[in-house]
Amino acid sequence: MTILEPIDAYPTQRISGFPVRAGRSLPFGATVVPGGVNFSVYSNHATAVTLVLYREGEPEPMAELPFPESFRVGSVHAMTVFGLDVEGLEYGYRVDGPNLPWEGHRFDPSVVLSDPYARMLTGHGPYRNRSRVALDDFDWEDDRPPRLAHEDLVIYELHVRGFTRHPSSGVAAPGTYAGLVEKIPYLKELGVNCVELMPVFEFDETDNVFTGVNYWGYSPIGFFAPKASYAATGRSHMQVDEFKHLVKEMHRAGIEVLLDVVFNHTAEGDERGPTISFKGLDNATYYMLTPEGYYYNFSGTGNTLNCNHPVVRGFVLDCLRYWAAECHVDGFRFDLAAVLGRGPGGELLHNPPLLESLAYDPVLRDRKLIAEAWDAAGLYQVGSFPHYSRWSEWNGRYRDTVRRFVKGDLGVTGELATRMVGSPDMYSRRGTAATVNFVTSHDGFTLRDLVSYDHKHNEANGEGNRDGDDGNHSWNCGAEGDTDDPAVLATRARQQRNALLLLLASRGVPMLLAGDELGRTQRGNNNAYCHDNPLTWLDWGLLEENADLFRFTRRAVAFRRAHPVLRGGSPASVHWHGVRAWQPDWSAHSRVLAAMFDGGGGDCVYVAANAHWEPHALELPEAPRGQRWHLFADTGAAPPVDAFEPGEEPPLANQAQLVAGPRSVVILVTR
Amino acid sequence: MTCKMKMDVEGETATIRLAGELDGRSAPQLNDLVTQAVGRQVDKLVLLLDELTYMSSAGVRCLLFAHQKLPRGSEITLVGTTPEVAETIRLTGFDRSIVMQ
Repeated sequence: MTILEPIDAYPTQRISGFPVRAGRSLPFGATVVPGGVNFSVYSNHATAVTLVLYREGEPEPMAELPFPESFRVGSVHAMTVFGLDVEGLEYGYRVDGPNLPWEGHRFDPSVVLSDPYARMLTGHGPYRNRSRVALDDFDWEDDRPPRLAHEDLVIYELHVRGFTRHPSSGVAAPGTYAGLVEKIPYLKELGVNCVELMPVFEFDETDNVFTGVNYWGYSPIGFFAPKASYAATGRSHMQVDEFKHLVKEMHRAGIEVLLDVVFNHTAEGDERGPTISFKGLDNATYYMLTPEGYYYNFSGTGNTLNCNHPVVRGFVLDCLRYWAAECHVDGFRFDLAAVLGRGPGGELLHNPPLLESLAYDPVLRDRKLIAEAWDAAGLYQVGSFPHYSRWSEWNGRYRDTVRRFVKGDLGVTGELATRMVGSPDMYSRRGTAATVNFVTSHDGFTLRDLVSYDHKHNEANGEGNRDGDDGNHSWNCGAEGDTDDPAVLATRARQQRNALLLLLASRGVPMLLAGDELGRTQRGNNNAYCHDNPLTWLDWGLLEENADLFRFTRRAVAFRRAHPVLRGGSPASVHWHGVRAWQPDWSAHSRVLAAMFDGGGGDCVYVAANAHWEPHALELPEAPRGQRWHLFADTGAAPPVDAFEPGEEPPLANQAQLVAGPRSVVILVTR
Repeated sequence: MTCKMKMDVEGETATIRLAGELDGRSAPQLNDLVTQAVGRQVDKLVLLLDELTYMSSAGVRCLLFAHQKLPRGSEITLVGTTPEVAETIRLTGFDRSIVMQ
């Protein structure tokens, strides 16, 4: 059968020497079509738009093609250009229009703008922000998303570059997507079933006025473009393939991939910032502006994306659909998501259209949506984020409560109980999938630093130690930072295990920070966004040095996997105890808590937490259904008997009483 | 720079020698040869690449095209792949059922 050539796959005229025809308005971006490339770009206030074409790496354009007025439909300029070699092509847009900042317009035709829909950016060198056309065919084979139940996830938050960049990683291509693929066996061994990648959208790693380094990447430029410098094959412009290969291999291992996405602001800053893309395309549409035309700053970075504007909302939706449908990503964590509930003037919307659209989107239906439910302007929506029964939240209250309890604060025992059963005070109607529980994340101290430092030590960030959070609820166990005092080191080892055990025995979705299972340190820096060096890279030598901690964490993850009662169920399936069985002590001076998770189905787990510096003898409730108590973990015991392999827990000699040592957590299980 | 290609079919093996640059402009030509080879019932494809100076992303995609066109279980062998090209093929997952020598 012969396929007919489409009758419109031919040029109708020439512009600047190139054969062209009026393009298709949708989709936005650069799309390969028969014989050419269709370029489509939106601008509501532009008076003229020009497509600028470059040969790869050349400083000067090979051609500039002004869009004829007849190629515009509404506010969309579209043109099909024929006979282009897309592999050697870089492109951008020159957009003219009013330069009236007090009216919100900042058009600057001297700048060639990046296409916000570009699937690739050059990503390095002086022309790093030029757009490129990607070939999108990929051999997915029979890739299937793992589709794990939300409450069964164990999330592992990592930085693609930092995870394998250190020479000790032993991978062929350090600091890349491909390097991460080589570490999948490690992730499998640890037992996590979901990775959350810190920003992988193209960002400018030099975007920092203090040190010239932006390592974390919360400063997006190309929202559809996986960062080229995270790809070993970035030089040959195959970063999209390398990223897809990473997702495919993760799925093959049964691990889901979530992306940490930033839609609250861009790298263009405020009126002093650079013009890269949105600012020159249609500033008044894309950013929240004051009546005088200044930038609202709810993100703490200079500008705020006007994400509930219908066009910007469409952009965010298109972007997430692309990552979900074309790149098979399993979900997203939204940085400073409270911004996404604000209107054009920053006002809080009751029914934010963007959040609603995402919750009900047909393409995103099975994808996880996780909100960081606060912003930099003081809006704190943990427990009150507009969720549409779809959104989960980073539970900041869980983090603070566990930290405070573990360090021995008074008056938090009752709240810890609430947090351990899925924070029903906030999420009672939504089940345990609504809360993402964590003690540490990229933002703040690592777990080891949390128990090694009373204060942040951010001098190297160049901001006089003024940056970073002061409210860390951290305790150094008796010495600030490095020490060789065995008593201090022993307490720290126990405290790290206490936090890990509480996290992995709480209902809700646990999230671990990469490296915490190995005792990773940032030397007390709790805001390491600007360090791309061994301070932030994972030192794989720790795997040998802290083999005990790794084994402990691995067993705790496996234990959670073996016991569904820890992952869900009604709050009524948890019974509370104290020094006396069935008599929890909720008073303000109590530092002891014991929970028995028992849904009546044969799966029963008893968790005792003693944050006091004295040991406490706890009367045990009788093990239900004629079974006996066995010991899974005791953070007060010396490795390797601080935790056992699930199924190999030894029986307790004394079934009536348990002694919880100073600052320890003990977990029992019935068999 | 163009790409020169020559195919020999012996029995069930097709051997294609490439010289020059395999990129978006020459890839369709290679795909045509692969289609011809499939028409002649081969189940082995050997690509001789020692005279190839460059292989672009579109060139790498020819391997996927060949893999999908040839009968299931066919073998594709690359001879004389430069280390850089071999690395690119491996890191992006295009090495499925491909032997690199």
